[in-house]
Amino acid sequence: MDVQKVVLELTVKNHAGVMSHVCGLFARRAFNVEGILCMPIAGSDESRIWLLVFDDARLSQMIAQVEKLEDVVRVVRHGADHQVFERLEEFFK
Amino acid sequence: MQLNGAQLIVRLLEQQGITTLAGVPGGAALPLYDALSQSTILHHVLARHEQGAGFIAQGMARVSGKAAVCLSSSGPGATNLVTAIADAKLDSIPLVCITGQVPSSMIGTDAFQEVDTYGISIPITKHNWLVRDVRDLLEIIPAAFRIAESGRPGPVWVDVPKDVLSAKIEIEALPLPAVRDALPEADSGLIGRAAELINAARTPVLYLGGGVIAAEASAAAVALAEKAGLPTTMTLMGLGVMPMDHSLSLGMLGMHGARYTNYALEEADLLIVLGARFDDRAIGNAEKFCPNAAVVHIDIDPAELGKIRRPNVAIHGDVARVLELLLTQVQANPRAAWVARVNDLKRQHPLALPGMDDPRSHYGLVRAVASLLDDEAVIATDVGQHQMWVAQAYPFRRPRQWLTSGGLGTMGFGMPTAIGAALAQPERTVVCFSGDGSLKMNIQEMDTAVEEGVNIKVVLMNNQSLGLVHQQQDMFYGQRIFAADYRHQTNFQMIAAGFGMAVYDLDKTDDPRAMLAEALAARGPALIHCSIDVNQKVFPMVPPGAANTEMIGG
Repeated sequence: MDVQKVVLELTVKNHAGVMSHVCGLFARRAFNVEGILCMPIAGSDESRIWLLVFDDARLSQMIAQVEKLEDVVRVVRHGADHQVFERLEEFFK
Repeated sequence: MQLNGAQLIVRLLEQQGITTLAGVPGGAALPLYDALSQSTILHHVLARHEQGAGFIAQGMARVSGKAAVCLSSSGPGATNLVTAIADAKLDSIPLVCITGQVPSSMIGTDAFQEVDTYGISIPITKHNWLVRDVRDLLEIIPAAFRIAESGRPGPVWVDVPKDVLSAKIEIEALPLPAVRDALPEADSGLIGRAAELINAARTPVLYLGGGVIAAEASAAAVALAEKAGLPTTMTLMGLGVMPMDHSLSLGMLGMHGARYTNYALEEADLLIVLGARFDDRAIGNAEKFCPNAAVVHIDIDPAELGKIRRPNVAIHGDVARVLELLLTQVQANPRAAWVARVNDLKRQHPLALPGMDDPRSHYGLVRAVASLLDDEAVIATDVGQHQMWVAQAYPFRRPRQWLTSGGLGTMGFGMPTAIGAALAQPERTVVCFSGDGSLKMNIQEMDTAVEEGVNIKVVLMNNQSLGLVHQQQDMFYGQRIFAADYRHQTNFQMIAAGFGMAVYDLDKTDDPRAMLAEALAARGPALIHCSIDVNQKVFPMVPPGAANTEMIGG
């Protein structure tokens, strides 16, 4: 069965360690992350993390947990057709 | 003024209202301890193991509701704190844990007593920091208290490299102490819908968790139960919110709840769940829990709403505030038929407490201690059979009277937590019910108790065994008792005396009740020893994975 993929867009405070907080949360709740991207947002003290994940029944719970992290400012959920990972595929051939 | 990082931390702790903290010094924490030595406000309690320091801080936090502080050095000091911090995370206890770290220039070199404290503490804290610059302390220390105490409380961890502790900083004034974040505004439309469900319910049950205590909402919860005629059950963490002897009290639900409690829940058409998280030990098999009940779930943590059980009405909010609004919209209703049905269940399926009149039996000892104390006493436990016997049989009557390791179930929790409780509220008698297995796990803190002269009474139920393991091997593993019985008999009385505690042995008296009364009346730390039959069980018991109605025994 083909499970839908979802792209999550996290806006985070760019503290050292915020990547560990986000990745650790997914890992310890046994939720696979298929792809991850992180870059500082130009001209701000925030960063953006893009996550490519499967849309299983636990996803909304995962998002609720991510939103609780102190350094996570905002979480937006996009469909799998979001371009951020598609355009990167070029680099993974 | 010019300070170094350690002095700044000390000043910020003083300003935050901290007067007592617990810890163990070591190399990387030496600047912090040097600054502490100059404080006339902070009383440092020297624990005998860092885990003891963590639980002493927990005891202070659990009785006061305010964040308490524990300290240690780097490496093993930090790893030894891990269990106590994880315990605080699972029970939502506000702690600020501060550790020394190797100097910044040596981080990542596998230096002596270096461990990745930041990485280790991520999954067991609400938030954590590795302080990279002394100036960051101005923001981090107040934030640590704010985060620990705001919303759903929890532990935070601040790891400070030795060079940051020693670095100088020039400041004009200290930053303001932390204040808690504003409480979320609860949706009044949802509160209206919750009130409608309650008003329309025929057989509702009020289900109270530790969050009611954290929100200081116990009186409001009892008021709701009384106004709407709601039989009320409490989780292990919620015991004390409604007095056990209240006519609407169903006592504790779940794995070791009374039969009548779990049967009454089975008949519920509505659960009103306040500050609770549908823990597996409370609800048993989630699919089979209260199959006919709609659910109103109210919690300060939005991630708990719908995590285990999908609620019909989910309200993200402060339990105290929501109750205030809910109380105005809920109709007064004695619900006489349902209350009568619950009273029938209580009569037909009472909680069996065999040996209740014998102070040298498990339930009898719990009741004898209770009969000699009033509601001002604090009751702590370790983890195991004795913990469940106390949860079942002790007549808890006020919030923060009961300190137990609910979520993590940490053996060794009891005595250091009792010490912390006694340090925070020295006017109270603090009893720690313990077992021989649990007591051995932090027995070194007897030394701390004596040094501090705290008024704790360790009531040791000694069955020469890891009783709850013994019980499950006996019941579910073909009676193959393995690694659960201690072959060598420990002389706890001699150990306690060696540390300088007063010792009372109920095995060696003709009048155990009189000895108990004498022990509880005297001030200072004491061990009260009593042998317990290893074959006594905690009943009723819901087998792991079963529905709560499928109880064994009791």
